[in-house]
Amino acid sequence: MRSEDYQQLVWAHTPKKPLWQGCFGAFVIGGSICVFGEALKELYLYFGMEEKSAAIWESVSLIFLSVLLTGIGVYDKFSRVGGAGTLVPITGFANAMSSPVLEFRVEGMVLGIGPKIFSVAGSVIAYGVAASVLYGLIYFILYQIGVVA
Amino acid sequence: MNYLMSFLVGGALCLVGQLLIERTRLTPARILVGYVVAGVVLSAFGVYETLLEYGHSGASVPLTGFGHLLADGVRTAVREKGFVGILTGGLTSSAGGVAAAIVFSLLASLLFRPRMK
Repeated sequence: MRSEDYQQLVWAHTPKKPLWQGCFGAFVIGGSICVFGEALKELYLYFGMEEKSAAIWESVSLIFLSVLLTGIGVYDKFSRVGGAGTLVPITGFANAMSSPVLEFRVEGMVLGIGPKIFSVAGSVIAYGVAASVLYGLIYFILYQIGVVA
Repeated sequence: MNYLMSFLVGGALCLVGQLLIERTRLTPARILVGYVVAGVVLSAFGVYETLLEYGHSGASVPLTGFGHLLADGVRTAVREKGFVGILTGGLTSSAGGVAAAIVFSLLASLLFRPRMK
């Protein structure tokens, strides 16, 4: 059986939750993660950080918490309810890095952990950077001829 | 107000992701890649700046915000450093988050045991 056929079969037999249920979970959990991030940023601003630094520390804090929750096995439970709500925020990116790292540590630090840390994140970084370079090229030209400021 | 808008905008971006998962069978990895690239494109057309203005963390925390960060970094770098900025901008502006995720994940691999699914 080809892998696409197998995928079809798996898809056909996967029990489906009602669409609204998944969407509701994603909306509420994803929204809550963003609100939590906003609260962290307000806190850092309150302690006198500048806007840019506060935004970076907000991301770093969310990443830290996500990795911690992944480590103690809580993030997986969240994502069963939250679906894309736990995937799309930056915490999902951090989860995509830390989760395979925990799983593949038995394969060693250099051949297990090292490459697996980028198993999903590598793709995100690769295509993200490629898109930014392509955009940079266009922006550079537009900037030189004075179309954009 | 910032909190409400963060919730609504962030929630809506996640809702779109959920619809994509359930209706198009896109794998989570593809969704993440798609979101980052979409963020770069939206930022290029100046849409994301507006979304951030209203949505605050609701726009910056989802991965499209990561894409915006890459694009914004490239813009700044091209203005400040010229041609070389095309290559240096994206990774520079996103370095904080990426480095944090790498280091925390490595630390986690030392501290935590894998668990049964």
